[in-house]
Amino acid sequence: MYDKNKILIGLAVFVVFMTYPFWNNIGSAAYQRPELEKPKNAKDCVESVEFMRAEHMAMLNNWRDEVVRGGEHEYHSTASHQVFQKSLTKTCIKCHENKALFCDKCHATVAVNPYCWDCHVDPKGDMK
Amino acid sequence: MKTLRRDFLKIAAVAALGWGVRPASELLAAGGGGTAREGLLFASRHTVLSGPNALKASRWGMVIDTAKLTDEIVVDVTNICHTTHNVPNIPGNQNLKWIWETSMEHLFLDNYHEYQPETGAKSALALCNHCDNPPCVRVCPTKATFQREDGIVMMDFHRCIGCRYCMAGCPYGSRSFNFKDPRPFIEKVDLNYPTRAMGVVEKCEFCAERLAEGKMPSCVEVSAGAITFGDLDDPESDVRKLLAERFSIRRSPYLGTKPCVYYLV
Repeated sequence: MYDKNKILIGLAVFVVFMTYPFWNNIGSAAYQRPELEKPKNAKDCVESVEFMRAEHMAMLNNWRDEVVRGGEHEYHSTASHQVFQKSLTKTCIKCHENKALFCDKCHATVAVNPYCWDCHVDPKGDMK
Repeated sequence: MKTLRRDFLKIAAVAALGWGVRPASELLAAGGGGTAREGLLFASRHTVLSGPNALKASRWGMVIDTAKLTDEIVVDVTNICHTTHNVPNIPGNQNLKWIWETSMEHLFLDNYHEYQPETGAKSALALCNHCDNPPCVRVCPTKATFQREDGIVMMDFHRCIGCRYCMAGCPYGSRSFNFKDPRPFIEKVDLNYPTRAMGVVEKCEFCAERLAEGKMPSCVEVSAGAITFGDLDDPESDVRKLLAERFSIRRSPYLGTKPCVYYLV
């Protein structure tokens, strides 16, 4: 095999570089789910906690299409069989009053930056 | 072999021509007559599934009585529309507006002349005409602007990419573009309605969000009877009664856009 040493050195550099995130994090604290502010005036969300945790982004995307494009404003919950209005600002924010203590906590921890609030108004935010 | 190859090419050419013509002929055919209003000549329409309280119509339309429009009403109407929809107040050529006052000769370029009676209205309100055949909807590449079954030409601000084709397509100048972040220019934000982001086109939506809650458009409510709103397909509706009694005109009807805002003059 020609240039055996060069290849081995190259491979070693590659492996070190690829595994950098793993060994760099050795010893640092494990990921902790952020502590969210729970709504004071309600016990149950429109769906189960597990469902909301995993699917809220897809659900909100569907809501916006159904409301804006289909004029379909009512959400029939499969968990409580209640009817809710499909609205971020009229339904979600009525219970989860504080965006900074609810939405932003997880979004900041997992470094996602949804653009909902570019247009939708956070009542407790920095808007006048 | 030579003749075979020539025959093959001929057949292939005719077939290609046929396939090229077929979709176009289908599109054109779908536009004609009946209830099927889809195809090249008409924009496709979205169904509206509304709740029990919603106001419904098969074709929403508006009638503006120019004689009843006083200066105060005009100010009230523009203010209520722009405050409930968080329309920013940006002076200059980056100005945004959903409904605004403009002179009669600007509104009716083609049928207004300098010898009109002194007593007649000098100006009236302009807004999106919610055309039956909206050019903005046909040119929108992302279908961000679309037409509902009840005729309302809607904006999906989420989907607008800010190409401004619709602004070029609209012959009435009813659309405004957000050249910059509008939030610093909104005096007081109405929490029940979103603001817009930079790079999005906006316009009047006949208060679709209020109709869904069973309320009349906000301009109609404060207009002291100068603006009437209702179902153009219902002969018993207020708008149809007004149109049957009084002489009315529309803005540039010869363009074929079929505007649904009527002016009583």
